[in-house]
Amino acid sequence: MSFQRFTGATRYIADEGLRASVDAAIALERPLLVKGEPGTGKTLLAHAVSEALGMPLLTWHVKSTTKAVEGLYTYDVVQRLNDSRFGDHDISNIRRYIKMGPMGRALTAEKRVVFLIDEVDKADIEFPNDLLRELDEMRFYVPELDETFEAIERPVVIITSNAEKELPDAFLRRCVFHFIQFPDADRLNQIVQVHHPTLDKDLVSAAMQRFYALRKTDGMRKRPSTSEFLDWLTVLSRAGVDPEVITKSFPYLGVLVKQEQDLEMLERRKRRGYY
Amino acid sequence: MTVLAPLLFNLRSQGVGVGMGEWLSLVDALKLGLARDLDGLYGLGRSLLVHTEAHYDAYDLAFQATFAGVALQPELKEALEAWLSNPEMFEGMAPGEHDFEDLEALLEAYRKTLAEQQERHAKGSRFVGTGGTSPYGRDGKANQGLKMGNGGGGRSGIRLASERNWKNYRTDQQLKVRDFKVALRALRNLAREGPEALDLDETIDKTGKNAGEIDLVYRRERANRVRLILLMDAGGSMDPHTELVSRLFTAAKETKAFKTFDHYFFHNCVYNWLYRDYENLDRVETGTVLRELTPQHRVIFVGDAAMAPWELFSGAGDFGGPGLSGVQWLKRFSERCDAAVWLNPDPERFWHHPTVTAIRNTFPMYPLTLEGLRASIRKLRAPR
Repeated sequence: MSFQRFTGATRYIADEGLRASVDAAIALERPLLVKGEPGTGKTLLAHAVSEALGMPLLTWHVKSTTKAVEGLYTYDVVQRLNDSRFGDHDISNIRRYIKMGPMGRALTAEKRVVFLIDEVDKADIEFPNDLLRELDEMRFYVPELDETFEAIERPVVIITSNAEKELPDAFLRRCVFHFIQFPDADRLNQIVQVHHPTLDKDLVSAAMQRFYALRKTDGMRKRPSTSEFLDWLTVLSRAGVDPEVITKSFPYLGVLVKQEQDLEMLERRKRRGYY
Repeated sequence: MTVLAPLLFNLRSQGVGVGMGEWLSLVDALKLGLARDLDGLYGLGRSLLVHTEAHYDAYDLAFQATFAGVALQPELKEALEAWLSNPEMFEGMAPGEHDFEDLEALLEAYRKTLAEQQERHAKGSRFVGTGGTSPYGRDGKANQGLKMGNGGGGRSGIRLASERNWKNYRTDQQLKVRDFKVALRALRNLAREGPEALDLDETIDKTGKNAGEIDLVYRRERANRVRLILLMDAGGSMDPHTELVSRLFTAAKETKAFKTFDHYFFHNCVYNWLYRDYENLDRVETGTVLRELTPQHRVIFVGDAAMAPWELFSGAGDFGGPGLSGVQWLKRFSERCDAAVWLNPDPERFWHHPTVTAIRNTFPMYPLTLEGLRASIRKLRAPR
């Protein structure tokens, strides 16, 4: 049996494990749940998959107030009520007041799409459970219209989570799970190559040494991740910082470390002569 | 399947609750030819059978136990990979034939298939023996040099499994402030903040007063009412646990899910006074704290509960003078508040101590691990 395989995208380095998980999710038509430290490229994965498979990407950014049904559709009853009072709109057509949410659009799309549910853990704890049926059957019922919408092409569903909350078991069982590990030096080098192919090798290696040492520092509240490292490299190269300088001090530390307490702690360590 | 069943059992013995649903999806994936060699099987199995990075390490151990024996014997490995890359093997199965009710049914079917297929898959049945019973003894080093599969520079499944890269993600070992926070946040669901809902009566009222001009009134349904009190032992025997307890404290303080959060320290046991701050002698009478307990309060004690018996049972345990004994004070807490638990940073094997036993009779006691905290929060959510 054939299915589309994911081999990585032009600007995204995926390791074998991740590729295998994406393939399994596509082949089994299951949602792929991606977890990992912030900044390890969970959301970017969906962009990469959409690029590699040539499918459009639809994103649903979940917030703490998001409710499951909003992703499918919303029925703007207040608008309809308002319109009825002035009589300048046709209110007999409920369809005018039904708006598809991101998931509704993904399920009703003509073409197969990549559907990203971003940061699913932000919402209420019951939120994932409310989506179980729709994700399983890839269809949903709109009582206002008495109509069931069913996916013509089952979308490739990618769900990201920052582990802010635990996800319900029933939901987990239906997903293909992958945890993106923080890249080791080799992998990080590859990632840098993809994003900054022309950077000075000495600069990159000096910066990487500092970066990994920083990540190993005890007591950091938020350890800097890949995306911050890439930003830091950009700043360093634009500012023309000498690799020598990086081995001795920490220029533009604020790009890497954003929490006040972390900066204070590093400052204290510096005064004590740790670096 | 006969070949893979030991993996299932090894996983379950490692505490990874793999259910039939996951197992069948692995079978489905194999039918689709998603894993053609041992490396592929490693990645595929992990993404389908495991749902949290906390179990990655257990998966590695189970995978090693199952396949390390196979990997060391070339002819076994070859046969396994031939079997994996020939998904038609599964096609013979009628649909629904593998819809096992539960594990016992699977076991039975597994034994039957094994007997039936003895001839056709002579090697298959050997895997069961070789893989399934091979002990965990294959340590990382023995497998380090092994190069398997045709991954072309990729790291092989067995090698990856033996490196145990995921050890630090086990929830029964490493505990960060963040983990505690996630666990504590579950308490909030006791009375979660309700969504804004249309208040119909009020809307009609207002609209009427407004001469028909529609005025919508929204109201927050339920407010978050949970109050948390954390009582921590700061006694000498708690010194080794200071760091761990302070992480729990930080997490509780920073979790904004509670209506109120209070913390107090005590030494060994609760007596007449509870301390907000030992050094500054900022203290409050225990009776006051007790009086102010409401049904919305959740009380968590943290302490090793191990002390000299007189410190718990006699009124002289408190240096502040005569009064109730420690155990009497604790009883008062448990009478005032159903939702109270005791977290003990000592491992459970040290709990055979007279004072620990006495306190366990008063409060449900859990180890101060992530699992323990979760269990205690389940208890707090449904105290009776």
